[in-house]
Amino acid sequence: MSTIETDTAHGHGGAHADRHPNLVHHFDDMEQQREAGTLGMWWFLLTEIMFFGGMILAYTVYRHMYFDAFAHGSNVLSIWWGAFNTVVLIGSSLTMAMAVWHAQHGNSKKIVFFLLFTIVLGSIFLRVKYIEYHDKFTEHVFPAGSFQWPIVHESNRPNNLGDLLLMLVWIEPLNTDQSASGAVAEKAPAMEKAPTAEMEQGPAMRGEIDRTMQDQSFAGHVRMYFWLYFVMTGFHALHMVIGIGLLLVLAWQANRGKFSKEYHSYIELTGLYWHFVDIVWIFLFPLLYLVDRHL
Amino acid sequence: MISKFILGMSWMLPDQASSYAPEVDNLYLFLVGLTVFFTALIGIAILFFFVKYRRKVHTGIPKQIEGSIILESAWSIIPFIICLFIFAWGVKIYLEQYTIPNDAQDIYVVGKQWMWKFQHPEGQREINELHIPVGKKIRFVMATEDVIHSFYIPAFRMKEDIVPGPNRYTTVWAEPTMTGTFHIFCAEYCGTSHSGMIGWVTVMSDKDYAAWLAGGAGEGSMADRGAALFQSLGCITCHKPDAQGQCPRLEGKYGIEESVHTMSSPDIFKVLVDDSYIRESVLSPQAKVVAGYQPIMPSFQGQVSEEQLQSIIAYIKSIGPAASANAAAKPGTPAPAAARPQIMTTGSANPIAPQSEKAQSNPLQGHDELHYKKP
Amino acid sequence: MNGEPLNYLNNGHGIRSWLLTKDHKRIAILYLISVAFFFSVGGVYALLIRINLLTPGGVFEPDTYNRIFTTHGVIMVFLFLVPAVPAILGNFLLPIMIGAKDLAFPKINLLSWYCYVFAGIFLVVAIVAGGVDTGWTFYTPYSTSYSNSNVLLAGIGIFIAGFSSILTGINFIVTVHTMRAPGMTWFRLPLFIWAHYATALVIMLGTPVLAITVSLMALERVAHVGIFDPAMGGDPVLFQHMFWFYSHPAVYIMVLPAMGVVSELIANMSRKNIFGYKFVAMSSLAIAVFGFLVWGHHLFVATQSVYLGIIFSFLSYAVAIPSAIKVFNWTATLFRGSISYDTPMLYALGFIFLFLIGGLTGLFLAALGIDVHVTDTYFVIAHFHYVMVGGSLMGFLGGMHLWWGKMTGRMYPEFWARAATIVQFVGFNLTFFPQFILGYLGMPRRYAAYPPEFQTLHVLSTAGASILGFGVAMTIFYFIWSLKYGKRAPADPWGAPGLEWRIPSPPPTENFTELPVVTWEAYEFASVPELKEAEAAASNG
Repeated sequence: MSTIETDTAHGHGGAHADRHPNLVHHFDDMEQQREAGTLGMWWFLLTEIMFFGGMILAYTVYRHMYFDAFAHGSNVLSIWWGAFNTVVLIGSSLTMAMAVWHAQHGNSKKIVFFLLFTIVLGSIFLRVKYIEYHDKFTEHVFPAGSFQWPIVHESNRPNNLGDLLLMLVWIEPLNTDQSASGAVAEKAPAMEKAPTAEMEQGPAMRGEIDRTMQDQSFAGHVRMYFWLYFVMTGFHALHMVIGIGLLLVLAWQANRGKFSKEYHSYIELTGLYWHFVDIVWIFLFPLLYLVDRHL
Repeated sequence: MISKFILGMSWMLPDQASSYAPEVDNLYLFLVGLTVFFTALIGIAILFFFVKYRRKVHTGIPKQIEGSIILESAWSIIPFIICLFIFAWGVKIYLEQYTIPNDAQDIYVVGKQWMWKFQHPEGQREINELHIPVGKKIRFVMATEDVIHSFYIPAFRMKEDIVPGPNRYTTVWAEPTMTGTFHIFCAEYCGTSHSGMIGWVTVMSDKDYAAWLAGGAGEGSMADRGAALFQSLGCITCHKPDAQGQCPRLEGKYGIEESVHTMSSPDIFKVLVDDSYIRESVLSPQAKVVAGYQPIMPSFQGQVSEEQLQSIIAYIKSIGPAASANAAAKPGTPAPAAARPQIMTTGSANPIAPQSEKAQSNPLQGHDELHYKKP
Repeated sequence: MNGEPLNYLNNGHGIRSWLLTKDHKRIAILYLISVAFFFSVGGVYALLIRINLLTPGGVFEPDTYNRIFTTHGVIMVFLFLVPAVPAILGNFLLPIMIGAKDLAFPKINLLSWYCYVFAGIFLVVAIVAGGVDTGWTFYTPYSTSYSNSNVLLAGIGIFIAGFSSILTGINFIVTVHTMRAPGMTWFRLPLFIWAHYATALVIMLGTPVLAITVSLMALERVAHVGIFDPAMGGDPVLFQHMFWFYSHPAVYIMVLPAMGVVSELIANMSRKNIFGYKFVAMSSLAIAVFGFLVWGHHLFVATQSVYLGIIFSFLSYAVAIPSAIKVFNWTATLFRGSISYDTPMLYALGFIFLFLIGGLTGLFLAALGIDVHVTDTYFVIAHFHYVMVGGSLMGFLGGMHLWWGKMTGRMYPEFWARAATIVQFVGFNLTFFPQFILGYLGMPRRYAAYPPEFQTLHVLSTAGASILGFGVAMTIFYFIWSLKYGKRAPADPWGAPGLEWRIPSPPPTENFTELPVVTWEAYEFASVPELKEAEAAASNG
């Protein structure tokens, strides 16, 4: 009752020839391998939920405390670009799903096509984020360094499709439209000196924190909104960059015929990851862009 | 006073120098007894089994026992009940430690790296040393100038962190019950000289304390200093009778409720004008604007030190109503006080939804709410 | 070596075969070496702490001392206590115990080790570049705006260490779910597995919150703007909530695996199945769940609302009960057992006794009225060292002794091991028991200097620390000695029922030559061939 009995049903001992070439040695069959991979990816996404959840918690706390400031900051964002990006990202999830579908049917060429399509859409998303970030810099709402109050709002949205395409591919964003929100009055002095080279010396010790400025004020809370905006969208963008990297590798491998109907786990798992990154954006967009917006 | 009678234990207890210290020690000694009991119980059992059931036959298999639902229930439920008892006792003591009585005298404390600064309402200032009278309830109103500190007097069994922020004062209280000199420690790591941020509290008899006070400052009481600051900082230019209604009058305001709104939302709610509210009004005036007034008050952040701020509060208290500074809120009135902003609520007590008049107990309120309930 | 059968240690030579290995057993050994290194560093820092506290005026400059205790804390928490049992014993044994050839994701396993090493490198650089002086808890605004130390480097190191932990956690959960051998049902799993499964749950859900908290703190420090410094509109108490949301469950990451080890030690060394097996298994899960609900007990005096304090106090008592259940069940297992006096049993008993004291003193801290007095004092330090050193370290060392033969093919010297255990036990108690008294007398923690009346207790504590250090050094020494001179270990030195004892010591790379099919219950001693034969012989003769 206790000796270790052999189980030949799984075909381990002498049946190496039966093993799928992509079946790694420690799994018994492809199904176990697939199941393990899928479970692993879902668990990993759960950790990502906790990671972004922490950010969203912090955001929720301060939005509750400083709602008006957050509304003000949110209205500085370009809802146009945000909505555009949302559509682009959802579209990329669709193309990713298509890639997975074709993987399940073993069409290597179509896999490559849809992976590339997804990469392109993801890149458009990142390009738009760059445009937005650049705008924030020129409007001086980047919270570290030269945050200026009141905010002079310059929007960079394209007026037509031609402008849009140009902006997407041009290196520098064009200034196609300028409109100021609020008086173009005297700008309040910079709230914070730029960080110096000695990063590791506490700023209070160097006497750099200008505590006479009204950091507790409305402007300070708007600045906090932008801090959260950059942290949250920044981590999200980082995850997108990683995702695009994975997709590039997969596209390369698919092009070389690595995947088949029986073996395409990596594409499915990367698809899961990509959809997750999409879902995070679906949360970030209304949280960040739609505070106190009205039609 | 069980603890006083347990022989040989007193060497491991600090002096019991406050009214609630003996209760704390009683619970502690109960827990020590409990710990000794269970440690002995399990320890002896283990040792007994260890000796009695020493392996004799190298390959023998003893009779296997699956388990026992009865035992599992017993040793889950009984410890849980004991825990409930300890929990309840702990809560009782805690509520006493953190419910500031109405009739307490104030001592103002400022912690900064790495010293303690005290101000008596009568005007005395002390650094790292504090003199207080025995038998009187003392409320410590505390602020920090920089990082988190923690005001700890072991003999009183009293401790609370002091967290920086424009709209929070931390308050603790104690009633010293014996004269003597006891340690003051900073109990939250605050940098290089954290272990140097220590001092002494000297509890004196009423007579000695009065004498000590009399021999003191000569620069006037805190309220006097506050009045002077009220002038020199320019507060008086606005907060005065003929200011064309630009600023709210401050006479008679301390301890009552004020209707306020946030800077950009017109929804009005009530806050209690207490120390924390005044502090916030000086440092962050736009957080709460008194109803009917424009948000034109500038911030004095960086222009007034913590001690000066405390003096100003003492002044405003001195022109407040005759009722005690810790006037209890009428039961049934709206709960939100200008408390320290807790994690899930705001210093401006939720400006999104207008507060109704009915009493809404907000379980996330800060300590301050309890301070104003009659014990 | 000639004549030595092929096993995972000699299957492939050269540094590349180790640094690029996918074998969970080799990765466990890699972890063993690196963890032992960092443990030693952390231990040296502990001795430096105790040396400083020999005199009331301190021996080092306060600034130096602050860096010393921070380093000790950061290394011991993140580079020893969190990974030790799971990454060494868990990695080595989990696949074998469930009848698998490896973990689900061997390459990710290797990656987790590299993350650990990188984390260690970052922390070493932070130390060498001058250290960190914020305490391992990094409270703001001191850490973000005031400290003149390498907070950023330390933060990055901790972030990467968290990644290492998460990768291990994913591996464990997926492996237990998908790779159990036929017949290995959930309730036939060794309690070691249950404990590691529960630990992996905690790792997955808690560590990412640490990651974001540390990231936000580090970014804030660099950018001079953020959400934790009140001067910029933030709330330092939010940092504390976010930090402890991970760091409290983290202590269960540190202790649950050791409890899993203790179950194995008690069962094997008393030849009895664990009394109340299902209760012990479920208690691990209960601890994992409840552990997430009590973080606020670190904020009782931190200006947290009184009502919240009451809730967290209640929940903190709730989480104590499952641990108590374990202690009672282990004790009951000894009843009418066949108790070996070998070192693993000594460690198990030491664990029970010391963890009991540590856990009971947790009841003190959960009592609100008491906590006001003793929080941030040496009472807390004594409490957590009882559970972490008296608990986790003893559990870890007990496990190392139980499975040393399996892992290395050599037995440790029994006499010296027993001696070391006793030395460690005495040294440990002498070090930390006086600290309970110090704490209640009011001695605050993180103090470089102290009032003179505390000196006697501090001197006793330092004496104990030297003894404890010596005892641990003994263990390290004879373990290394045994690699060359120890007796060769048989497959099953203990007469134990787990799957790991049915394969050679050291095991072959693929663990099992034939896939096991499990038909016996957990801790079914009658399944052990040696014992079964002896029983049969006894009943026949």
